[in-house]
Amino acid sequence: MTRTETVASSIATQTAPLLEVRDLKVTFNSPDGAADAICGIDLSVGAGEVLGIVGESGSGKSVTMMALMQLLPASAQITGSARFRGQELVGATSSTMRQLRGARIGMIFQDPLTAFNPVLTVGAQIVEALRLHEKDLSKKAAWERAVELLAEVSIPQPDRRATQYPHEFSGGMRQRAMIAMAIANRPDLLIADEPTTALDVTVQAQIMDLLNRLREERNIGLILITHDLGVVAGAADRIAVMYSGRIVEQGSVDEVFYNPRHPYTRGLLAALPKIDGEAGPLVAIEGTPPSLRNRPAGCAFRPRCSVSVERCSTIVPALLSLNGVETACHRSEELQRISA
Amino acid sequence: MTASVSSPAVSLPANVARSGPSFGRRLRQVPLPVLIGGFVVLFWIITALTVSFWGLPDPIQIAGKRLQAPSLSHWLGTDALGRDVLSRTLYGAVYSVPIAIGVVAVGVFIGATLGAIAGYVGGVVDGIIMRLVDVTLAFPPILLAMTISATLGPGLVNAAIAMIIVWWPIYARLMRAQVLEVKEREHVEAAIAGGAGHIRVLGIHILPLCWTPILINATMDFGQVVLLAASLSFIGLGASPPTPEWGSMISEGAARFYSWWVAFGPGMAILTLVLGFSFLGDGLRDMLDPRSK
Repeated sequence: MTRTETVASSIATQTAPLLEVRDLKVTFNSPDGAADAICGIDLSVGAGEVLGIVGESGSGKSVTMMALMQLLPASAQITGSARFRGQELVGATSSTMRQLRGARIGMIFQDPLTAFNPVLTVGAQIVEALRLHEKDLSKKAAWERAVELLAEVSIPQPDRRATQYPHEFSGGMRQRAMIAMAIANRPDLLIADEPTTALDVTVQAQIMDLLNRLREERNIGLILITHDLGVVAGAADRIAVMYSGRIVEQGSVDEVFYNPRHPYTRGLLAALPKIDGEAGPLVAIEGTPPSLRNRPAGCAFRPRCSVSVERCSTIVPALLSLNGVETACHRSEELQRISA
Repeated sequence: MTASVSSPAVSLPANVARSGPSFGRRLRQVPLPVLIGGFVVLFWIITALTVSFWGLPDPIQIAGKRLQAPSLSHWLGTDALGRDVLSRTLYGAVYSVPIAIGVVAVGVFIGATLGAIAGYVGGVVDGIIMRLVDVTLAFPPILLAMTISATLGPGLVNAAIAMIIVWWPIYARLMRAQVLEVKEREHVEAAIAGGAGHIRVLGIHILPLCWTPILINATMDFGQVVLLAASLSFIGLGASPPTPEWGSMISEGAARFYSWWVAFGPGMAILTLVLGFSFLGDGLRDMLDPRSK
């Protein structure tokens, strides 16, 4: 491959990302009125790229992913556009979604114990996942593939482990098995919803290593949803910070971590305990996130923001690019100057 | 299910085989009521299957003098027509056992199917099925069974149909409640996220987790069905006279108070079979339902 070809192909992947979300909105209709869970977000993930989505509980991280996979209840109204390899997901038929789910887009759940069927062996469940999307695969061949998959995610004695039930696995092993099932059909995109939250710290690191290795080997795009900034810092290429249904800051991990523009991102980073430097009190962000039905006008973060000005209470700040980082704050330029 | 719970295979080294305890040890772990109930029920099932090979006197032909007290030649005496009561009692199993199993099996099939559909689909379908259940359950069961079987005409088959109509709604309710609970579990969502369709989700990921309460209830209901079938025959709506059915035999015996043995045989048969099913059901609940401990 010549150099020009390499450049051309890298440009091609840049222009056509694996997943491209434009102005995605999710509204839950209920008898008490409509609740806007997601108020228009833009995202993109390329092949082999890791996008970390962080934010506190209720900021809409999981709802976004559920909306993409059409796993939300019927009361959810989804508008906007989400293109996966050029194919529109919003409004796609259920048979189209069934062919994508598990086959082209894999999902990893937070709690691997409840995400496995308790009455089937782990091997049987992976076989099930394989044969669902590859109808003419024989049971025997599928079982062999299942054992290979368990071996690939570094489960010792995979042939014996495949015959065991989920409750016979430890937490970390179970999450490995869950990942094996998610990658069984060689998906292009993996969505991992808090994959390490239910695990202890040493196992967390192993699982993140595993996901990273699979991403490199198989060139999988990975969306990593988490509220653990440490996990994102170590694993993600880019990071999107969500607050109250919007992306408030998006950019490369280094830029966002070392030079945060948005006051919310700054608050999140300041709230992290530091292993170096002096042990001071942790800085909490005052207040609580607004309710979905009763967002303040203008910037949703304004009531908790220490640097808000008048226009913050009237105009919703747009997500604007500033030196390679997209920030949704009226004062991002000033804030960047102060920190620089 | 229970076997896998008790095996601590996770902590065992690889070379320890996953062989369960021996059959004898497992039998000793079974609670006593389940054993007693199981043996009584087994006795009546075997009787129902093999009684015609036992060389007993014909239950419909006259075997001796009328209304004779129990003796060595007629262990449970003879009835008003001189037929052998022991033989008639044992032959009664040929009717009662299949009716109990048939009514419960068909009732579970109809009820569980409709209940699963109601719980999984929800909405209007759920509303229609569950209102039908409510209407059926609003009648006292014996009254409804009597009315239906009187409308259809006497006979064991019609009595069985009437009992199925009375019985299915209980299973529909149980199944619906189970499906509603299980379908919200995360593994169901994970299955959908993996690309499974409705049939697969319901058949593989929901229904196998719903059977325990149905199974327990069905075991207890076998006894109730035996009792209701006998009641219908007692008032003349089930089996017609020459048939050695327990309910109609008690009915014949009840008229002759001083010849107690005529009603004693079928009465004991009903008692033991109903108790056997109850013991079995109670014990199964203790074994399968962790909340009852």
